[in-house]
Amino acid sequence: MNVTLRDHRIDNPAQSHLGFIDCDVHPFYRSPADFDPFLSERWREHRRSIGHRSRQGLARTSLYPRMSPGNGMRGDAWPKDGSPPGSDLELMREQLLDLFDVRYGLLAPLVGGAAAERNVEFGAAMAVAVNEWQCAKFCDPEPRLKASVQITLEHEESALAEIEQRAGDARFAQVNIPPRGLEPLGRHRYRKILAASAAAGFPISLHLGGTSGHASTGGGWPSFYHEEHPSYVQSMQTLVTSLVCEGVFEEIPDLKVVLVEGGFAWLPALAWRLDKHWKRLRAEVPQLKRAPSEYIREHFWVSTQPIEEPERPADMLSIIEWIGPERVMFSTDYPHWDQDDPRYAFKVKLPEDWARMIYRENAQALYRLD
Amino acid sequence: MAKHVVAAVGEIPPGGRKLVTIRGREIGVFNLDGAFYALVNRCPHQGAALCTGAVVSRLEAPLPGEYRLAQAGAMLRCPWHCWEFDIRTGQSWCDPNDIKARTYNVSVEPGEALAKGPFAAETVSVAVEQEYVVVEL
Ligand code: FES
Repeated sequence: MNVTLRDHRIDNPAQSHLGFIDCDVHPFYRSPADFDPFLSERWREHRRSIGHRSRQGLARTSLYPRMSPGNGMRGDAWPKDGSPPGSDLELMREQLLDLFDVRYGLLAPLVGGAAAERNVEFGAAMAVAVNEWQCAKFCDPEPRLKASVQITLEHEESALAEIEQRAGDARFAQVNIPPRGLEPLGRHRYRKILAASAAAGFPISLHLGGTSGHASTGGGWPSFYHEEHPSYVQSMQTLVTSLVCEGVFEEIPDLKVVLVEGGFAWLPALAWRLDKHWKRLRAEVPQLKRAPSEYIREHFWVSTQPIEEPERPADMLSIIEWIGPERVMFSTDYPHWDQDDPRYAFKVKLPEDWARMIYRENAQALYRLD
Repeated sequence: MAKHVVAAVGEIPPGGRKLVTIRGREIGVFNLDGAFYALVNRCPHQGAALCTGAVVSRLEAPLPGEYRLAQAGAMLRCPWHCWEFDIRTGQSWCDPNDIKARTYNVSVEPGEALAKGPFAAETVSVAVEQEYVVVEL
């Protein structure tokens, strides 16, 4: 009989993470008014008197409340003065950047509501404000932090302008696009934005979460956050499938896509399935010159948190091998409740060269960091 | 194994807790309805400060839609990934066979007995007429 033994490495912390690049760090505001200095008076007043109109239909809360206070914050990441986790650069240094000697941290600001704003002009203004705010509050005082360009996918003109504006600015590493949009990301209407990102040298990062206004699963609204969580992965799968099937990578060969926080064990299985169907249905998608799995291997990167925890820890090695160790990048998700600690996240020892790639080299090459 | 006086009994009321450091090890001492328990302040999952987490009840649902709160205040929820542990045994709720938070023996002893020693009272001074919470480590 085979017995599953859990390898608890809690007393034997890994060291290979030191000096790692963290591909998912969340900055937060102390107060929504923090964005005001970066908004014109027209939008400042709008924010104060009218406020945000998200596509989800709820204000000041998420569709599925989290277990942890602060809408899913790590319990010990609250600054002493009661400000929200992620808003205090000093504490971020203490709990993350200095503690682990983080070489670079890539910011994923899930604030400002730009992406899901119904008033797309307000959304566009908020995107610019959040970009300025990231620099002023985080990247300028702490050059280890790299900003992500926020855009509003539904306002093409402003999105293109913002990408162009940030191109060549070393404080910005990538363009953030929410994985739940009005339409799948491969659709033609989004093509210019993807092309502009690639032309500017920015990978696009799809950070799990958000809301499009559509039901979060293909089968309707779930009851529990426990159900909602895997539905985020479904939206990631939809985007991978859409980008591949629409032939986006034939049209934009240098487009690079990072899937952040969406898990990754599912990716090989999705690629196998797409390949299988492509052999039968290729006449419908003649824009695909190669097997879907080849586009996936070439154009997608995945971040690790919340890390897969297979029952047999060594299975992790097979998963990484199928995806390619050169495509996996470590992330903590600090300061969220489900963040990973780089010392203990992997419950199996990684080969040395894989560890170097996953903790550092892959992100270094992708984002052209030193 | 030495005995360490960590608090006077009245210092940790029912439902309360005290974090102490014994020989460099952080330990949470909990009072559940008058009985004392001690757990290491380190989650067996990824090492978070377990004993700073929320104290919750064991919520049971014999059938969907039927709920009952069992063992009020007997579970400790980790401040990171919300794994829950039985404060009395350290047993993990989601994986009781495999995962356990380290626990320590706790007793309540009269100051009179403690005054005779041997015990270590690093931070607590002992008066004969009082009772004390003692952790073995
Ligand atoms: S560290 Fe405690 S649940 Fe993960």
